[in-house]
Amino acid sequence: MLKKITMTVNGVKRTVEIDVRESLLDVLRDKLGLTSVKQGCGVGECGACAVLIDGVSINTCIYLASWADGKEIRTVEGLEQDGKLSSVQQAFVDGGAVQCGFCIPGFVISATELKEKKQSYSREEIRRALSGHLCRCTGYQKIVEATEKALEED
Amino acid sequence: MEFTTIGKSVVRKDAAAKVTGKAKYTRDMEPKNMLHAKVLRSTITHGIVKHIDTSKAEAMEGVLKVLTPFNIPSGNFPTAGHPFSLDPAHQDIADRKALTDRVRFYGDEVAAVIAVDELTARKALKLIDVVYEELPFYLDAEEALKEGAVEIHEGSKNITGHNTYTVGDVDIRDAFAQADYIFEDVLEVQPVQHVQMENHVAYAYIEGNGRLVIVSSTQIPHIARRVVSQALNMPISNIRVIKPIIGGGFGNKQDVVVEPLVAVMTVMMNGQPVMYDMDREENISCTRTRHGVRFYMKTGVRKDGRFLAKELRAYGNGGAYAAHGHSIIGKIGGNFYRTYPAELATKYEGFTVYTNCSVAAAMRAYGIPQIAFATEAHVDNIAKEMNIDPIKLREMNMVKEGFKDKLSGVTINTCGLPDIVKKAKEYLHWDEKIKEYANQTGEIRRGVGMAIFSYPTATWPVALEIGGARIVMNQDGGVQLQMGATEIGQGAATVFSQMAAETIGIPYEKVNFEEFTDTDIAPFDTGAYASRQSYVGGKAVKKAALEVKDKLLTRASVLLSLEKGDLDTQDGQIIRKDNGQQVASVADIALDSYYNYHTADTIAADVTATVETNGIAFGGSAAEIEIDMRTGRIEFLKLINIHDSGTILNHMLAEGQVHGGMSMSLGYALSEVMLYDQKTGKPLNNNLLDYKLPTLMDTPSLDVSFVEPYEPTGPYGNKALGEPPTVPTAAAIRNAVLQATGVKVNVLPMNPQTLFEHFLDAGLIEEA
Repeated sequence: MLKKITMTVNGVKRTVEIDVRESLLDVLRDKLGLTSVKQGCGVGECGACAVLIDGVSINTCIYLASWADGKEIRTVEGLEQDGKLSSVQQAFVDGGAVQCGFCIPGFVISATELKEKKQSYSREEIRRALSGHLCRCTGYQKIVEATEKALEED
Repeated sequence: MEFTTIGKSVVRKDAAAKVTGKAKYTRDMEPKNMLHAKVLRSTITHGIVKHIDTSKAEAMEGVLKVLTPFNIPSGNFPTAGHPFSLDPAHQDIADRKALTDRVRFYGDEVAAVIAVDELTARKALKLIDVVYEELPFYLDAEEALKEGAVEIHEGSKNITGHNTYTVGDVDIRDAFAQADYIFEDVLEVQPVQHVQMENHVAYAYIEGNGRLVIVSSTQIPHIARRVVSQALNMPISNIRVIKPIIGGGFGNKQDVVVEPLVAVMTVMMNGQPVMYDMDREENISCTRTRHGVRFYMKTGVRKDGRFLAKELRAYGNGGAYAAHGHSIIGKIGGNFYRTYPAELATKYEGFTVYTNCSVAAAMRAYGIPQIAFATEAHVDNIAKEMNIDPIKLREMNMVKEGFKDKLSGVTINTCGLPDIVKKAKEYLHWDEKIKEYANQTGEIRRGVGMAIFSYPTATWPVALEIGGARIVMNQDGGVQLQMGATEIGQGAATVFSQMAAETIGIPYEKVNFEEFTDTDIAPFDTGAYASRQSYVGGKAVKKAALEVKDKLLTRASVLLSLEKGDLDTQDGQIIRKDNGQQVASVADIALDSYYNYHTADTIAADVTATVETNGIAFGGSAAEIEIDMRTGRIEFLKLINIHDSGTILNHMLAEGQVHGGMSMSLGYALSEVMLYDQKTGKPLNNNLLDYKLPTLMDTPSLDVSFVEPYEPTGPYGNKALGEPPTVPTAAAIRNAVLQATGVKVNVLPMNPQTLFEHFLDAGLIEEA
């Protein structure tokens, strides 16, 4: 069954026709060309497909596109402002947190959620908050350090 | 050695693209008219396909074609990412077909559907009926070698390869006879999987001129091109392989896994693009794994602790197809001999065995995590039995600078092991902790442990080592750097750019590295494997950069009427050597090279480098742990890897490599294992929930340190770093468990179940 939904995607209102069985992952990638949203497992185990839905980091492979009707969606494609990386993106770049990069959009999204909550987090709390994302390259060390640094900045 | 750009923690070339979603991976670039394929995988472990009925699947709306072993144009091909050998006796075993009517493991590829989308293809698979005749299957290497076992590949006796050697001036039996003590251990490591975050994915199409194009997430584009040529019996010049940005490989993409199949598919679809993107479940159990190996290890030791004689028999479980053949178990043999050279004699016998498990092949460090675990556990066992400090025993027996390897002919020019051991001792406060943690009782116990290793950087002299580089200087003095060596996430693009900047004498930011490797454009290189690229490809970059610099200075000397020998480059400027005065910019000279009315001749170099040597890298790991005896859970108080990789080309990236390797070794040590149902051969945990790679909550804070001797055979003093971090950590943790509890754990993984059983056997705990 097809259905029209309207979402705000990276600040722009978008109306798309979807199959009600489609995941938000497939709609963002295939209909809107947002290829930062990566599929690593398709069943909510790896976190590579996370985006911000109304400010909350959610795995889009197990989130139906039809649920996104009326919601605000943000991906890493929308985090740059005036040609400048967001503080989280910049911290990941400067801190050597990126290797193959396949998991990185998901981590940046969850770190951005923390940043926008404007609270302070211990390293242990950061680790827990990011633990829904798997990475095989970095041992997580520089990802946690970069997130910590981004959260310390104003 | 003084460097300007080498050694600096410059930011990765591709980092910004990867945090903004601008980085394009294979799946991100699909043409609009793409067809999608899914593969029907066997639901038996060993047998013969008697009949396939595809009629219902073919009748389904949206299905374009159903492929079976009986209707595709594919011959046999090898899959290993090895350079081709001109000697037929050394060529890889060509035992694979794009689809097979002889099933050799659970999940073998028996049919495929091409459809308008993935969902349709997936549904159509359920409509295919296959009739099998089942055969007995073997999950254990030694079982598959037993008299009367059914041959998994006809005529093979289930042996892929057999490596043997004896070295030493004394007969091995006499050498053991001279020993005061003989120690024997049976040690076993499990099969594990790469779990790179991007699954295998490729698509293929045929261009208007009839050439086949394959876009693939591969570590080895030039080798993939050659193997597809073999599989389809197509001229190599008719094939073009493009490698986009890669979401990790770790050796799993050092095999040709999906390329022949997508090539066959587009050929059958008149050149329309067809994509095959694997599911995670397929990727874990149907691509490649690290060999599980059983070791029978024996050492003859003199009273003072010196190793006189060593003997090892190793059985590598190679799984259903040869893939890398016997080269991994062969490398294990070389390592066994080298790290602790016996005074009198060493004997090795290694079997690589066909079984009905998932196919084993290359995985980061190519057999050395296996042998390093076995060796380092065995050394600590000897130390315990002889009541010698395990570090002292290592210092007495470990390989030293100047050692000439009788198997490979390679001489060790630089060896950081003495400094590594010293650093590890200081880090752990070894002497105090060894005393403090002796004779513990109670439910919570602590221990310290360490392990070391040696590691050859490249594959010489086992295989050819060749790398190509092309540098073209732009009008503004920046350069384009193109290579056949591949960036797969490890940072190759960045360090190659640093090398070019260093040698030409321009800023790092002025080097553009083409991260897509296109076999139509990129110079020949065999790709990302071993830890060879910065060593072999680095030599090519240096050669090309020196040529560019020479052409630049020649032109500058003519333009400026100065002696060429008086000029040099520095940070994008042409300077006088005597006083450092800037006399022109590199940009001025570059612009002239393009547009000088009479002498225009762009500055470029296109070179190939071969390497006929090998730098031996070293390293170690040190761990302080706490074990809960009741649960078998290990917590980390301290964990470090210390590496001698020669010159560190970029400290920030190097630390990242080490962290990742340590994490992989932690999984190897504590949680990761490929499980198969012993009754059916079916994989039990081929998903990310049940296959336990370390999550953030399982990973402690990781420390890293380097010692940096200048390796004379490396282009910038560098040796291996990509793979070595995966080698020592598991053994260090294991030895800390021994120190904490007195229990020798000779198997991996040391998950709570394993430790519980060992502690129970040792009488340290009682069953409730």
